[in-house]
Amino acid sequence: MPNMSLEKVKMPEQESNVRNRNFQEVALGYTEQMAKEEAERCLQCKHKPCVMGCPVNVQIPEFIKLVAEGKFEEAYQKVKETNALPAICGRVCPQETQCEQLCVRAKKGESVGIGRLERFVADWHMQNVKDQIEKVPSNGQKVAVIGAGPAGLTCAGDLAKKGYDATIFEAFHTPGGVLMYGIPEFRLPKEIVKTEISELEQMGVNIQTNMVIGKIYAIEELKREGFEAFFIGSGAGLPRFMNIPGENLNGVYSANEFLTRINLMKAYTFPNTDTPVRVGKRVAVVGGGNVAMDAARSAKRMGAQEVYIVYRRSEQELPARLEEVHHAKEEGIIFELLTNPLSIKGTEDGWVKEMRCAKMELGEPDASGRRRPVLKEGSEFDIAVDTVIIAIGQSPNPLIKSTTEGLETHDWGGIMTEESTGKTSIEGVYAGGDVVTGAATVILAMGAGREAANAIDEYLRGKNV
Amino acid sequence: MYKIVEKGILNEQVKRMVIEAPAIAKKAEPGQFIILRVFDGGERIPLTIADYNRDAGTVTIIFQEVGKTTKLLGTLNEGDSILDFVGPLGLASHLEQYKKVAVIGGGLGTAIAYPQAKKLHSLGAEVHSIIGFRNKELVILEDEVKKVSDEVYVMTDDGSNGNKGFVTDQLKEMIEQGNNYDLVIAIGPLIMMKFVAALTRPYNIKTIVSMNPVMIDGTGMCGGCRLTVGGQTKFACVDGPDFDGHLVDFDEAMRRQMMYKEQESHSQKEHACRIGGAQNA
Repeated sequence: MPNMSLEKVKMPEQESNVRNRNFQEVALGYTEQMAKEEAERCLQCKHKPCVMGCPVNVQIPEFIKLVAEGKFEEAYQKVKETNALPAICGRVCPQETQCEQLCVRAKKGESVGIGRLERFVADWHMQNVKDQIEKVPSNGQKVAVIGAGPAGLTCAGDLAKKGYDATIFEAFHTPGGVLMYGIPEFRLPKEIVKTEISELEQMGVNIQTNMVIGKIYAIEELKREGFEAFFIGSGAGLPRFMNIPGENLNGVYSANEFLTRINLMKAYTFPNTDTPVRVGKRVAVVGGGNVAMDAARSAKRMGAQEVYIVYRRSEQELPARLEEVHHAKEEGIIFELLTNPLSIKGTEDGWVKEMRCAKMELGEPDASGRRRPVLKEGSEFDIAVDTVIIAIGQSPNPLIKSTTEGLETHDWGGIMTEESTGKTSIEGVYAGGDVVTGAATVILAMGAGREAANAIDEYLRGKNV
Repeated sequence: MYKIVEKGILNEQVKRMVIEAPAIAKKAEPGQFIILRVFDGGERIPLTIADYNRDAGTVTIIFQEVGKTTKLLGTLNEGDSILDFVGPLGLASHLEQYKKVAVIGGGLGTAIAYPQAKKLHSLGAEVHSIIGFRNKELVILEDEVKKVSDEVYVMTDDGSNGNKGFVTDQLKEMIEQGNNYDLVIAIGPLIMMKFVAALTRPYNIKTIVSMNPVMIDGTGMCGGCRLTVGGQTKFACVDGPDFDGHLVDFDEAMRRQMMYKEQESHSQKEHACRIGGAQNA
């Protein structure tokens, strides 16, 4: 008999007024008992609507049944069949708009906590089982993967499983992409990312760091080195600015820079590590997505007294996950909604002093289907801040495009690909993740990496007939 | 890991290292830079490529010990290794079309100006080099610069080498003597580049400067290295590091260089040394 409670088993969390001063993980994870109890809420639907919502087709009812039976390792292996990075996905996937949205239980009450259970089995496995990962024998065919973020890691892992000799070229000194430089430690502990990546390496994936493709090698040169197919998963790394006066004042950061200093370079342990970040006392974060929430919550943890989210639409349109918005509010982030920055003013010696904003109201829907914010005449006001973090989105980095002749891109920079294969305008070159879609989610990038791995496999088999 | 195959001392603060990095050596061009990290937990600092040897597979860096990272780097010896070394980053200088060029190097900037002079010389341009230092003890690369220049002037702020004055004084004299330069390259402290650009503007001589702001990734990702050029925001890492000196907002660049001054002095107290990414001093 399933557990008919209308609510998910509550996730233990660090107290909000404690956690907003440390970088340890916010959500603490289920115990075995909690996991079993939550797993029993699953109705084991025959038509499995949840699986349709998963970009990598995790066999959700099957793994949850195993959790309910207390077979945690078997449950983990079931997830792992289709998801190479379950501890990461269990933490950062927007389940509420994917698997959990389609859960039958969500029609009345809360959906089954699929993400929490995925995280539980992955964490249980890491704590209790010593992996004996076997290297798949290589078929000798070399495939190059550009970028060690979620798309590239998934693609390379799948290719290695199929026997290909997959090499990932990563520009940074550490693999992981946005999982390392973007998402903060308190949402996704870096040790977990490292563990999941090292499993891929044990499977035979070769990762070469400090390799900026487009600079050190062009794709054409790698072809001459014997690589037969390529996957470009270089992400959306180019920060957008607002082009308003004062954006180059001292104290204005792109969210990319602010988060990279803190996450990848560990500025929160400065001076024990060498990279500093300057946070200030009053911080405005411009934007309403997950990156904006991450920046705001990081600023708070770094000691800022007041942190604002400045967003031009209303709460309803905030693109961030609801959970992140809740967490941010609990931690004392102040939301200045329907507010648009007009300029940043500085002190005489060039430091941020205040941000001039205007109030907005929502007008007719725009191309995105969301109501367009319109400036309210005469509503200008100043927010006194000493740091401004711009988190209004990123575009694909043009480095690879500019050195790869014949690679077709959209005018906004994204690589053009064929749907469901990731095939680009160049034979043997595939692409996926944010470099194709623009900034999106970890799991969509992983799904694209998987599809491209299948397409590359098909292409190389066809080629060798 | 990237092995240090040779280490030289140019003056008490400036050191030269030849690093084994064959793939970078194959691609490097004058004007480009690398980013290195000495150890785990260390910061990423950009250093301009001072020289490269494609056959030997090596890249030469020259750095001044001004901050924690450069001081630490200076303690390494031949046979030791650097943890991370990535490049070649930035755009290469385009020097093909010039016939008569004045190359200005200020302090450590001389190490970056040298490969440009060398390239121009190899392309057959007439090269006049003016290099400036605070005093004669700090003079570096004089012989190397001489080998690739038709004329060389070594200036010292205090006149201790018998030639007192700033690089701008000498450049002005040479322009007024009737030298028709079709290009001036100025590499050194921001204040020096600002004054060189101000000097050449009324003469309408094209002036290229090399910008080296604080940066993290060097691939256009962080935007920390942004500067205003001709009223537009540019990233030094991917749009530069070479820019038209007549269009660069030097005052803004100098202000942005102060961004981490507080943390630098904090780090100095903690470690009895300073953090710093700046290489021109």
